[in-house]
Amino acid sequence: MDWLAFLLSGTVLAATPLLIAALGELIAEKSGVLNLSVEGMMALGAAIGFIVVAESGSHWLAILAGGLASAGLAAIFAFVVLVTLGNQVATGIAVGILGVGLAGLIGKPYESMTVPPMARVPLPLLSDIPIIGPGLFNQPLLVYLAPLLAAALWWMFKHSKVGLVIRAVGESPESAHAVGYDVVGIRFLAVVTGGLFAGIAGAFISVASTTLWSDGMIAGRGWIVVALVVFAMWRVERVVIGAYLFGAATIAELLVQSAGIAAPSQLLTSIPYIATIIAIALLSMDGKRIRLNAPVSLGRVYNGAQ
Amino acid sequence: MRMPWIIDARTSNSRLVPIIAPLAAVIVTVVSGLVLMSFLGVEPGKALYQLFIAPLSTAFNVSEVLLKATPLLLIAQGLAIGFRAKIWNIGAEGQLILGAIGGSLLPIWFNDSQNVLMLPAMIVVGTCCGMAWAAIAAALRTRFNANEILVTLMLNSIALQLLYYLVAGPLRDPFGFNFPQSALFPDVAMLPTLFGGARVNAGLFVAIGLSLVAWFFVERSMVGYKLQVGGVAPHAARYAGFSEKRAVWLSLLIGGAAAGMAGVFEVAGPLGQLQRVVSPGYGFAAIIVAFLGGLNAIGILFAAFFMAVIYVGGDIAQASAGVPYAVNSVLQGILLITYIAARLFVDYRVRPRRAISTMAVS
Repeated sequence: MDWLAFLLSGTVLAATPLLIAALGELIAEKSGVLNLSVEGMMALGAAIGFIVVAESGSHWLAILAGGLASAGLAAIFAFVVLVTLGNQVATGIAVGILGVGLAGLIGKPYESMTVPPMARVPLPLLSDIPIIGPGLFNQPLLVYLAPLLAAALWWMFKHSKVGLVIRAVGESPESAHAVGYDVVGIRFLAVVTGGLFAGIAGAFISVASTTLWSDGMIAGRGWIVVALVVFAMWRVERVVIGAYLFGAATIAELLVQSAGIAAPSQLLTSIPYIATIIAIALLSMDGKRIRLNAPVSLGRVYNGAQ
Repeated sequence: MRMPWIIDARTSNSRLVPIIAPLAAVIVTVVSGLVLMSFLGVEPGKALYQLFIAPLSTAFNVSEVLLKATPLLLIAQGLAIGFRAKIWNIGAEGQLILGAIGGSLLPIWFNDSQNVLMLPAMIVVGTCCGMAWAAIAAALRTRFNANEILVTLMLNSIALQLLYYLVAGPLRDPFGFNFPQSALFPDVAMLPTLFGGARVNAGLFVAIGLSLVAWFFVERSMVGYKLQVGGVAPHAARYAGFSEKRAVWLSLLIGGAAAGMAGVFEVAGPLGQLQRVVSPGYGFAAIIVAFLGGLNAIGILFAAFFMAVIYVGGDIAQASAGVPYAVNSVLQGILLITYIAARLFVDYRVRPRRAISTMAVS
């Protein structure tokens, strides 16, 4: 595999978990709930996923288990912010710390262990194309499924009743309640679905892309996911673009090294974070656009279900 | 979901109720700590002792608790001022790191200095570095409307990489066998310890003193009042002419200064040099401390102390029973989650749904 194919492959492997987790966060935020615990949910998903592969050898079981564990963590978050009316920022941080802690705790016996990576599924014909074939079309199945999932969610928000109801709950919970929708229930499901996606994304990282367990292996990717949703102005198609751009930024380190440019590795590691700050600043400059695109009730406590 | 209860915002504060939430959170945390430890094979009695009693059982352990309470207290007081104004500075960890870097410059560059002004100068430089790091977020928020939660978070990760770069290169000890750490600080660069054999230092008194300043600022000063109005009623604040930009700048600069100073106290206290690890997550734990203390300067004093007990208890459990360090994070998370959930009964009146028809009449 020559280096261009290697970079393409690295980009989609890095982008896939970002995309899956960001789509989950998007669903939660569309319903009006800002869930800042993505880092913790991804970490827990990664830990559970890794352990399941190490013990059972089944990668799909690992993805499923990682997703369900994080969905459970998301349910705790949802209960505190929706039922006990907790502050979403503080609760998100608390649940995030809990998730990272749990991942470190249960992953401890597996520290520095490796598992066989998830099987690659070459797509017939496409994988025979030079360079992009081995780069893009000889990947684990989830790499292909993630953009399909995005397409499905795009359709859901644009054309389906479910999507419309989620958006209504996020834009105006009072009106949604007045026409008979169960605001708290819908938000609960949206947040738990977001947790499921974050867990799947975390498990993908530990069983498909970086198959060596070390505490803190999510390394801030959960926060990049949160930024990605803002970057995308809460639009599915822009989440997709953003995820692949950030995927490319996270492997910029390899790109620069392969080009023979000498730069401190710490600077290169910082590129995705610096890129995020610049992107957020540029996109937020026009305050009107943020206000028009952000779900109106995002982050607000809702206590209208009397 | 139709809840079997009715929730109304409280119109007046009860005196007793605010104490119930932190108390409930502490009890739940202690119980979960015991359950967690029994899963890890430590019997409950032993776990209770290691996590929550041993940290307070000897003079040395108490001094360690106070040592760890110092940065938590300092940072949480700074953050609470911003949180009251609903300015979400999640970047104290990065601001602490910048404070540690800034505070290390003078003792590294003037390593054989005998000048007694060294320590005060370090504190000034480090505090300014913490403020400058927070100022990036303030400038981006006020000029470009960039969300401060995201920017401060990203700055945490960048600060860590900056620290790694500096201790591996420009600030590395030239005689240190290539270890990623700076030269040891001279004596004039070190905070005086409070008693022989202990590591707790004069920073504790500074933190307590600044807590009193924070209390006065929040409860008695006009600027503090304006900040709080901006958080509780942004429309009213705008109508009254309180500038939102000023609130953003003030909140972030105060938070950054406090975290930066805490960073100086770490390198000039227990560490004695700049290293790759300058904080075991104090910047994040302080967020928990700020909320657990009810964003109130006095409450934060108690919260910082309790959080420090968890830190030291975790260390003791790790040393004596081989319990992973991550237990700390788990307990910290549970502490804040249960506190927030219990706040329901502080901020709202919760009544069973059946009672509503009779209540409505009266």
